[in-house]
Amino acid sequence: MKPLRIKAIAHKELIQIWRDPLSLAMAFMMPVMLLFIFGYAITLDVNDLKTVVYDRDRGSASRELIDGMSASGYFTVVGEVHDQREIDRYLDSGEALVAVSIQEDFSKKLHKGIPAPLQVIVDGSDSNTATIALGYINALSEGYASRVAGMRGARPLPIVDPRIRVWYNPDLKSRNFIIPGLIAIIMAVIAALLTSLTVAREWERGTMEQLIATPVRVPELIIGKLLPYFGIGFVDVLLSVLLAVFLFGVPLKGSIFLLMFLSGIFLFGGLSLGILISIGAKSQLVASQISMVATFLPAFLLSGFMFAIANMPKALRVITYGVPARYFVAILKGIFLKGSTLRLLVMETALLSVFGLVVFAIANRKFRKRIG
Amino acid sequence: MNEPAIVTKDLTRTFGPVVAVDRLNLGVAKGSLFGIVGPDGGGKSTVMRMLAAIMEPTSGGAWVAGLSVTGDGEGVKERIGYMSQRFGLYEDLTVIENIDFYADLYEVPKKERQQRIERLLGFSNLTPFSGRLAGRLSGGMKQKLGLACALVHTPEVLLLDEPTNGVDPVSRRDFWKILYDLLKEGITIFISTAYLDEAERCTRVGLMHNGRLLMEETPDAIKRSLGRPMIELWSDNPRKAAEVLRSCRGIGGISIYGQKLHITIEKEEFSCDTVSLMRDKGIEVKGYREILPSLEDVFIAKVKEL
Repeated sequence: MKPLRIKAIAHKELIQIWRDPLSLAMAFMMPVMLLFIFGYAITLDVNDLKTVVYDRDRGSASRELIDGMSASGYFTVVGEVHDQREIDRYLDSGEALVAVSIQEDFSKKLHKGIPAPLQVIVDGSDSNTATIALGYINALSEGYASRVAGMRGARPLPIVDPRIRVWYNPDLKSRNFIIPGLIAIIMAVIAALLTSLTVAREWERGTMEQLIATPVRVPELIIGKLLPYFGIGFVDVLLSVLLAVFLFGVPLKGSIFLLMFLSGIFLFGGLSLGILISIGAKSQLVASQISMVATFLPAFLLSGFMFAIANMPKALRVITYGVPARYFVAILKGIFLKGSTLRLLVMETALLSVFGLVVFAIANRKFRKRIG
Repeated sequence: MNEPAIVTKDLTRTFGPVVAVDRLNLGVAKGSLFGIVGPDGGGKSTVMRMLAAIMEPTSGGAWVAGLSVTGDGEGVKERIGYMSQRFGLYEDLTVIENIDFYADLYEVPKKERQQRIERLLGFSNLTPFSGRLAGRLSGGMKQKLGLACALVHTPEVLLLDEPTNGVDPVSRRDFWKILYDLLKEGITIFISTAYLDEAERCTRVGLMHNGRLLMEETPDAIKRSLGRPMIELWSDNPRKAAEVLRSCRGIGGISIYGQKLHITIEKEEFSCDTVSLMRDKGIEVKGYREILPSLEDVFIAKVKEL
């Protein structure tokens, strides 16, 4: 291997990227834009659930319950109705997702210490939101019940009294774990996309025929093509991390240097994958499409970003081991939220390195300095 | 005759059912200028690519600068300069960046580089354009840049695949002037071309058609190889004249070049009778004479014989 030839290829690639404003914009703007779009769009937090109230009691207790729901911030009362059938209208039209129906004797029963039923209807067509809403209502009513019992001088009912503390993401902000995962997904796509064009472009433009007629060796060619994109990838990761911390307010608990170091290992695999796709495709359009599908789907669905890997069927779980984004999602979440050190991430780091080396080796084997 | 720079032995390449190059046997002497001519799709580029070790032969072998293209392809690549038929340089790099890039790939020593690049820019008249993007060069200048890049490591053998295709006549002449200068330095040049006037300038010429080498000789020998006289005839109405001539016996082949007809005579003498016959039919014959056939005449005759 000759450093001079690697340098020549890298230098040439750099000039070409620099003189192509479109690819330059894609390289630096795409991660930022994707992070913006997805960062704001994807949120698993449920706030301001539109709620309709049917209060037949109109007593102090029912008032207090409803005020408590609004004050929690999770519910917004969008209407009060005076007929059970009106509730149907609200839910059918989607004007409300939650309906709370309070019976006439709600306050009376509570004062007497008799259990007071509370009817809650939730629109289950979005089961995720429905489940969360039910959880909120349960928590609110339990809290309310024990407060009422306390006021009456009775001992609170529950025998088991859980004191829950949430670690790593104490505010339970979904953004805090979505953004680090999102950076991993975006970088998986960008890395492959960046390099997927480089080899295919040379075949398309006819420059490859001239290039393979020189004594340049295949690893020199591939490393030379990887280097400039490695630099771009680093800048992209850094930009994403800065956005996460300063725009989205995600706390970075761990070391930025460890994060960058492990990103480097991830980029090596991702960029090599792009090169491999490019070698197989020989046309820029096909290469970019393959790399989009081959990176985005597995990264999005099988990395544990969206769906917990532990809940997947066994066959899928096995497949996730071959998805590099899986390790990178774990690494970024770990460093961001838990402040993980390299010792805790040694497994992910090792498997990520293996992935990179294997793909790089295949790319080297696959690339032949021959036509036809 | 010194040892050959290029040797091929039963060199064959097929693409599925198509035989692009069929058992090619060639020897090209060191320091000579060998031209391979023939129509598009005749297999010229395939030969070029196999000699440049960028295409695997299906069977047979080739040796360039003493090395086997199959056994030591990378070694061959160090010793040759290759110019593909399609412009293969980076249009988004400047002239000097392209040359520098290839100088790096061939590991041209830094000490010699400056001087060598200046010389290459000088003889190709590209010095004033060294900062211009290759994509903004004219066709002729692009080809000269391609040549400069192929020469940056002073190769022993130069493989040029239709380098003057689509280049204006003046640039073509400049390009050939450069080739003659290179020949004086002892470099071996293997060039393919569709222009037969260019083939006449080669030391030896090979005629390729449908993957087969029809003949391989010096241009003069090829011209004499027809073995039959050829008549050149001028007429106002060459198409009609050709029509009449085709009905006569003893006429081998007729090619029309503007107002001139080149007629191969098979057996009988080309007689004044024929001329008067044409005049009777109202075709004016301005004159005729016996000529030495051009390469084109021979090539067309050879292809017709198949």
